[in-house]
Amino acid sequence: MTIDGRPDPDQLLARVQAAEARAARGRLKVFFGASAGVGKTYAMLGAAQRQKELGIDVVIGVVETHGRKETEALVAGLERLPPREIPHRGQLLKEFDLDAALERHPALMLMDELAHTNAPGSRHPKRWQDVHELLDAGIDVYTTVNVQHLETLNDVVSGIAGIRVWETVPDHVFDAADEVVLVDLPPDDLLQRLKEGKVYLPQQAERAIRNFFRKGNLIALRELALRRTADRVDHEMLAYRRETSAGAVWQTRDALLVCIGPGGGAERLVRTGARMASRLEAPWHAIHAETAAPGPQADSGHLRIFRTLELAESLGARTLSLTAEDPVAALVGYAREHNLSRLLVGRDHPRPWRPWYRSMADRIGHAAPDLDVIQVAREDAREAATPGSVNVLRAPFDGIGYLKAAAICAGVTLLATPLVNVVEVTNIAMLFLLAVLMVAIRLGRGPALAAAFMAVAAFDFFFVPPRFTFAVSDAKFVMTFVVMFIVAVIVGQLTARYKQNAEVAARREGQARALYEMARDLSAALLPLQVEEACSRFLQAEFDAGAALLLTDADDRLQLATPKVGAGRTASIDAGVARWAFDHGEAAGLGTDTLPGSALLYLPLKAPMRTRGVLAIAPRDPLRVQEPEARRQLETFASLVAIAVERMHYVEVAQNTLVQMESEGLRNSLLAAISHDLRTPLAVLVGLAESMALTQPPPTGAQARIATTLQEEARRMSAQVNNLLDMARLQAGKVKLNRQWQPLEEVIGSALQANQNALADHAIEIDLPEDLPLLEFDAVLIERVLANLLENAAKYTPRGTRIDIGAALNGGDVEVWVEDNGPGLPKGREETLFQKFERGTREGTTSGVGLGLAICQAIVNAHGGKIRAENRATGGARFVFSLPRGTPPTIGAEDPGEENGEPA
Amino acid sequence: MSEPHVGIIVIEDEANIRRFIKLALETEGFQVFEADSVQRGLIEAATRRPDLAILDLGLPDRDGSEFIKDLRSWSDLPIIVLSARTAETDKVAALDAGADDYLTKPFGAAELLARVRAHLRRRHRGEGGSSLVEFGRLKVDLSRRSIEREGVPLHLTPIEYRLFAYLISNPDCVLTHRQLLKNVWGPSHVEDTHYVRVYMGQLRKKIEDDPSRPRHILNEAGVGYRFVLGAL
Repeated sequence: MTIDGRPDPDQLLARVQAAEARAARGRLKVFFGASAGVGKTYAMLGAAQRQKELGIDVVIGVVETHGRKETEALVAGLERLPPREIPHRGQLLKEFDLDAALERHPALMLMDELAHTNAPGSRHPKRWQDVHELLDAGIDVYTTVNVQHLETLNDVVSGIAGIRVWETVPDHVFDAADEVVLVDLPPDDLLQRLKEGKVYLPQQAERAIRNFFRKGNLIALRELALRRTADRVDHEMLAYRRETSAGAVWQTRDALLVCIGPGGGAERLVRTGARMASRLEAPWHAIHAETAAPGPQADSGHLRIFRTLELAESLGARTLSLTAEDPVAALVGYAREHNLSRLLVGRDHPRPWRPWYRSMADRIGHAAPDLDVIQVAREDAREAATPGSVNVLRAPFDGIGYLKAAAICAGVTLLATPLVNVVEVTNIAMLFLLAVLMVAIRLGRGPALAAAFMAVAAFDFFFVPPRFTFAVSDAKFVMTFVVMFIVAVIVGQLTARYKQNAEVAARREGQARALYEMARDLSAALLPLQVEEACSRFLQAEFDAGAALLLTDADDRLQLATPKVGAGRTASIDAGVARWAFDHGEAAGLGTDTLPGSALLYLPLKAPMRTRGVLAIAPRDPLRVQEPEARRQLETFASLVAIAVERMHYVEVAQNTLVQMESEGLRNSLLAAISHDLRTPLAVLVGLAESMALTQPPPTGAQARIATTLQEEARRMSAQVNNLLDMARLQAGKVKLNRQWQPLEEVIGSALQANQNALADHAIEIDLPEDLPLLEFDAVLIERVLANLLENAAKYTPRGTRIDIGAALNGGDVEVWVEDNGPGLPKGREETLFQKFERGTREGTTSGVGLGLAICQAIVNAHGGKIRAENRATGGARFVFSLPRGTPPTIGAEDPGEENGEPA
Repeated sequence: MSEPHVGIIVIEDEANIRRFIKLALETEGFQVFEADSVQRGLIEAATRRPDLAILDLGLPDRDGSEFIKDLRSWSDLPIIVLSARTAETDKVAALDAGADDYLTKPFGAAELLARVRAHLRRRHRGEGGSSLVEFGRLKVDLSRRSIEREGVPLHLTPIEYRLFAYLISNPDCVLTHRQLLKNVWGPSHVEDTHYVRVYMGQLRKKIEDDPSRPRHILNEAGVGYRFVLGAL
C-alpha cells in the first residue's frame, strides 16, 4: 500500500507472478446455476461445440446427459474419454479416469458436476480435486456447479430448502475460477420444464426433490445464485480497479480469528467466519484452544474438533490447535501475535444455575479490551459447550482411587476409636481432615470428594454424639462438615490441575527430547539406512507408527524398491500414491485430500534444493497422524529428514567429485607421461634423420633418399601421435579453453603458415568481410581446426585446384568455411565424417587415421559452435563451422591528431 | 659458413636430442657445451660464456623459466627454448621471463640452424646499432621516424608507430602479448590482449602486401608475434 495511491511494487510483482502462474495453468470456466434443470450442461456443451469449431482440441471428461435429447445432440461430434471402472462392493462403478485424461492432454476438457464425490479408490475423494490437477497440467476445464453445492452457502440453502447436500465445493475453488457463466432460468420456466419431464430426477428421492422444486425455494435459490455471481463481479471489478489503480481504495485488512470450541455448533461458526472473511477480503485463522493434552484415545469430541479444523482449512483458514493452561490468554496471545483484530466466538447460552459463569466473549473482552469480539449464534443449543472450556479437566473414573479413599477413611476411623475419650471430638475431625487432604493430594478430585463424604459420614456416625447415629446434636459440627467438604474440593481441584500441568509438561518435554534425539541421530547419519532407523525410532516412540523412506536415485527418480514399512506392520507401500506425493510435493494418503482411504500417510521430503523422496508412515491408530498438530509435527519432522537426506546427497556429490578429481589428475599425468615418452623418441628420430644430410662426407643419393623418407615418416607419426593425444585430452572433456578476443584473420594466417608445405600446390583464396567483429576463441585450438581442414582439403584434392577460405555473419554466429574444388564428399556420409577413424574413402592411399575431423568437431563444440560438411553445388567439399559472436570488448578510439608519434 | 669461437650451450636432459643438436651445430662450426640440468646449465653458462643458449623447458631439476630469470640477471645472450606442443603457457612464461624464441618438438636440424643463425646475426647487428632498416618494399629510419613504401611516406598512428618500432627493434624474436602491451601501452594494459591484436591487424594492413598471409608480422598462435625481416 502506498500513500500516493500508486500500487506497491511488491504487489505489482505478486500480480505479475500470479499472471504468469495463471498463464501456465489451465483456465477454469464454471457454468453456474441456481438448481438442477436450468440448463448448465446444455450451455457448457454449446460453448464446447463453439470451441471445437474454432479448432480447439475438446474432450469430454464427464457429461451427464440424463437422456435428454437436446443435450445429447450437443454431445455428438465431441470426443469422449472412456470412464475407468472401479469395482466396489461387487458392482462396477464408472468413474472419471484422471490418468487417461492427463495422458490424452486435450486443450479443453468438460467436467460436469464439479461437486461430485468420486467412488472410493479414486485418487482424489472429490471431482474438484481432479479438476485442480487437470488445471495444473495446463488443461482448460469447463464445469458446472449448482448454488447449493458451494460450501459456505450449504447452511443457507439447507435452511431455505430443507435439503442438505453432502457434495460440496469449497468456495476458493469457485472463487479461483477464471470465468463464471451464470445459467439463469426464471422459476416458472423451470417448473414448466419439470412438468414436461425435461428435468432429470433420480427415482428414489423423487418425493423429497419434488418438495425441493417449490416456487418459493426456486426464487430463493435463484436470488442466492444471482447474488453470488454479483459478488464475484464486484470482486472482479475491485481487482480490475486495483490493477488499473484508478483511484483504487486500499482498505486495511481486518484479519479474523475464529475460536473453535468442542461443541457441535463450531461448524456453523467456521462457515460464518469464512463468509465474513471473504466479504472483508481478509485472511482468517481458526484456532482451537484447550487446557489439557489430547489423550491418545481420541474421543468423538476431539475428532469433531479435528473435522471442524479441517473444514476451516478447506475454506481457506490457517488452523491450529493450542494447548494452554489458560485458553483465553492463549487465544488473545495468538490474536496479537498474528495481528488479528476480530475474534469470532460461539455465543454461550445463559446458565441460570451458574450465575457466576462468564461467557467466552466476556472473558476475552476482559483479557483484551482492544480486540473486537463477535458472537455467533450456535446451531444447536444442546450441543453447545464453552469454547476451550475446562471440561477436558474431567479425569477418567478411577475405581481403585475410590477404594483407596474408602480404605483410608476406614483406617482413620479405626485409629481414632481408641482416642474417643482421650481427646476432644473436634480434634478427631482434624484427623479426618488430614485424611481427606492426603486423598486429595494423592488420588485427585473424585476420590477426594468421596473421601470427604465418607469422612463426614464416619465422623458423624462414630464420633459425633449421639454416637452410632447420623443425628447431630451440636450445630458446630455442621461447620466442621462444611469445612471438610470445601477443603476436599479445593485441594482436589488444585491437585488435579497440578497433575495435569505436570503431565502436559512431561509430554512436551518428551516431544522435545524425541525431536532433539532424532535431530541428533539425523545429523550423525551418513547412510540412508541410518536416517531410516532414526525415522523409525522417532515415529515408533512418538506416533506408534512404522516408517519407510523412499529416496530418489541418481537421476532424481523415486525408488520404490524399499520393501517393508516398519516391523510388524502389514500395510504395504502404494507406489502410485508415493509417486503422486513426490511429483506434487504434497502429502498424500491417509487423512489427506489425495487418496485418503490409503492405510499409509505419504509425506514428501522437501529439501531446500528439491524433493528428495517420500516418507511413508504407517500408524497403528490412523487418527494419531490426522490431528492437525500431529500433521504439523510430522511435516517438521519430514523436512528435518529431507535436510538430512540432502546433506547426505551433497556429501556423496563431494566424494564423487573428489574421486573424479583424483582420477582426472591421474589421467592427466598419464597423458603427460605418454606424450613425453612418445614424443621424445620421435623428436630424436626427426632430428637425427635430418642431420644425416649434414654429416661428412655427405650421403649419396640413395642414402639421402632414405634419410628424407625416414624424416617424413617420423614427422607423420609425430602428427598422428599428436592427434591421438589431442583427442584423448579433448575427450577427457577437460581441455581448458584459453579464450581471447581476436580477429579471425590472424589464425587463418598462422594456420596457412603452419601448412605451408602441404598447401604449396594449391591456390588459396581468402574472402573475409571487412566488418567481421573480434571473436572470442582459443587461438591454438581454432588454428588447429583450420589447419586440419586445410590439410584435408590439400590431401583429398588434385594439385593445382583452388581452396577458398571465407567467413560471414549469420545471426548470432559467425560462420567460417573452407571449400575445395576436389571430388567432393561421398554421398550420405557427411555426418559420419566427424566420427573417429572415419575417412572420406574407405581404403585410400592417402594416409591419416581420420582423427582430424573428430578433433575439429570436439574443438568447435567446446567453443559452443557447430561444424558440418556438405558438397558444393559446383562440386567439391565444403566444411563450415560456426562460432558464437558474443559481445566483443570496445577499444578506445585513438586520437588521430598525431602521426608516426609526432604532431602532424 | 664458419664462425669460430662462437659457443652455444645446449641444456637438455634427453641425451639423444642433445646428440643430434650437437651434431647439427658442430657441422656449422659452432662450439657446443652440454648440460643436462638447470644446475649444470647455469654453471656451464657462467664458466664458458657462450654466445647463445638452447634450453629445454622440461628439465628434471628446476623450471626452465627460473634458469632464464637467473641467466638474464647477468647476461643478455639469446635464448631459444625447446618445448612440447600444447604447452603454450610454458612457452609464454619462458618468453616473458626473457627467452627470445622457441622451437616446438619435433623440429628439424635446418629449422634449428636457421633460428640460431638469425639470433646470432641479430646480436651482431645490435652491437652495430643501425637505425636504418629495409625489408620487403619498405624503408624505415627509426631515428627520423620515417617509413616509406617504394619512396611513398607511410602514415601510422602513434600507437601503430610505437608497436612497429618495438617490433623492428626486436627482429626474429617471439614477443608475447604481455610484452607488447607492457612496452607499447604501458604496464596498466597488460590484460587487454585484444588491443595488441586489433592494432597488429591495422599495422599488417599498412605494411604487408597481403595482410591475410603476412610475411613479416607473423602470428604465433597462443603465444604472441614474431617480426621477421625476410624469410628465415
